[in-house]
Amino acid sequence: MTTGMIAATVGYDVERVRADFPILARRLADDRPLVYLDSANTSQKPEQVLRALDEHYRWRNSNVGRAVHQLGDAATADYEAARATVATFVGATDPAEVVFTKNASESLNLVAGVLAWADGARRVGPGDEVVITEMEHHSNIVPWQLLCERTGATLRWFGLTDEGRLDLSGVDALITERTKVVSVAWVSNMLGTVNPVADIARRAHEVGALVVVDGSQAVPQLPVDVAGTGADFVAFTGHKMVGPTGIGVLWGRRELLEELPPFLGGGSMIETVRMEGSTWAPPPAKYEAGTPPIAEAIGLGAAADYLSGLGMAAVAAHEHAITAYTLEGLRSISGVSVLGPTEAVDRGGAVSFVVDGVHPHDVSQVLDSYGVAVRAGHHCAKPAHRRFGVQSSTRASAYLYTTKTEIDTLVDGIHRVRKYFKVA
Amino acid sequence: MSLDALYQEIILDHYRRPHHAGLREPYDAETRHVNPTCGDEITLRVHLSGTTAGDTVADVSYDAEGCSISQASVSVMSDLVIGKPVADAMTLHDEFLTLMQGRGAVEPDEDTLEDAVAFAGVAKFPARIKCALLGWMAWKDAVAQATRAPMSKEETA
Ligand SMILES: Cc1ncc(COP(=O)(O)O)c(C=O)c1O
Repeated sequence: MTTGMIAATVGYDVERVRADFPILARRLADDRPLVYLDSANTSQKPEQVLRALDEHYRWRNSNVGRAVHQLGDAATADYEAARATVATFVGATDPAEVVFTKNASESLNLVAGVLAWADGARRVGPGDEVVITEMEHHSNIVPWQLLCERTGATLRWFGLTDEGRLDLSGVDALITERTKVVSVAWVSNMLGTVNPVADIARRAHEVGALVVVDGSQAVPQLPVDVAGTGADFVAFTGHKMVGPTGIGVLWGRRELLEELPPFLGGGSMIETVRMEGSTWAPPPAKYEAGTPPIAEAIGLGAAADYLSGLGMAAVAAHEHAITAYTLEGLRSISGVSVLGPTEAVDRGGAVSFVVDGVHPHDVSQVLDSYGVAVRAGHHCAKPAHRRFGVQSSTRASAYLYTTKTEIDTLVDGIHRVRKYFKVA
Repeated sequence: MSLDALYQEIILDHYRRPHHAGLREPYDAETRHVNPTCGDEITLRVHLSGTTAGDTVADVSYDAEGCSISQASVSVMSDLVIGKPVADAMTLHDEFLTLMQGRGAVEPDEDTLEDAVAFAGVAKFPARIKCALLGWMAWKDAVAQATRAPMSKEETA
């Protein structure tokens, strides 16, 4: 831990944070308190976000960008204010570079889709290569597979080291003059690894490739400066950063958003429509066909405000401390092995592990009976599981409201799992 | 929520010592089913002592990776269906499916389902129903293939 991080944790009052999240007070079966360790899957929502959604629907609901009445003005102003808030939150200087989508998956599909249709040099076609990594979430694999299948391009990928880091030893053979796109997770949702995206972006730009960063796990956990990553596009998703479901973001460099063709066609994304053909609105509207998720965008704005209020440096420091504590706790149990970096260095808060002799479903079932909610399965990262020779794993993922006591409950629960299945 | 209602001793016994496990010859059809949520897989073979629906399930063999519920379920299923006429085994399949989809309100018939009644508790854990059904689905699919178009081993391998 750096001194900056220590400084940031001082004064971080996790109990006060928890008080903002009504769901954390609920009781589960047998009157057990909820120990929510599935935040990499989706985070819980604070009162401030719930209130923003409620107030929008209760007092200011209207469609945006097309109504000439007071409610229309209010909703449009709120929607655009949310865009500006989100832009500031991720260090984007121009709100027009923030495109609202429905989730990170749609953001990634948007980029992959328009690159098949682009005119000129950006178009991905036969002979071109797209480079991803073996630790990607399926949402950053499948869209690129589809792009390659549809265009005749070739998909290539970085392998992983045994420690769960990107194997960058072959970078010069992988990122070449043929590379058109490099798309990489900033933080892995399975291994927790924080990848050196800026280094990869620099290398990719040397060969003229576009750089896409899947920030789904990074934006909720780390102070983010999208431009500083060197990326051309950064995708993330609202529901993992204390925002609502149904809202995602694609940040893109403005000249690219201007140059590339639209993704979905429909209302609001046009400049003019004639039967013979249409022209497009400038970004971001160009990529927001149809009525957008208005309340959800406003909720995401409230979520970004909430996180800014806590301070992302403080959130990251808390996450770091809890992750280190979790790794230490898991290390203390025999027959448990962590997949991914075993030290809290360049590591996010998702900790996947295997309990020898007990299937992840059974691990999570027993933990659930103690109120501990974790994820069991492949976490939408089947190739990364395969790389480590397992079909599935159990994942505990902490967030800004997680306490050390909760991690103690997890560790205690795993001991009980081993006893229940007689592997202890 | 009582864990023991889910993890009956019979289930844990089958899980630790599964019956009829391993892939065997001869067989008429082989299927491979995956539980997409967790990635668990089963490869299952069916051998019928004939090729029409009137015949008998001579053997069920399988190679499976999965949780206690899915492993125990395919083990219990093999015990149940091997030696039974296909039509009767299919009735058992339907009965087991009804039990699983019954949200815990269906009273299982121990005379027909035998050890499979131990899975009654699974119906109250929606996330686990797919686990209990994985083997049965693979079996039903294999029987359908075997009775529809008898295949040679080369074709199915
Ligand atoms: C790294 C990563 N990428 C992409 C996604 C997809 O997010 P969504 O399901 O909101 O589209 C997730 C979350 O599931 C993720 O963890």
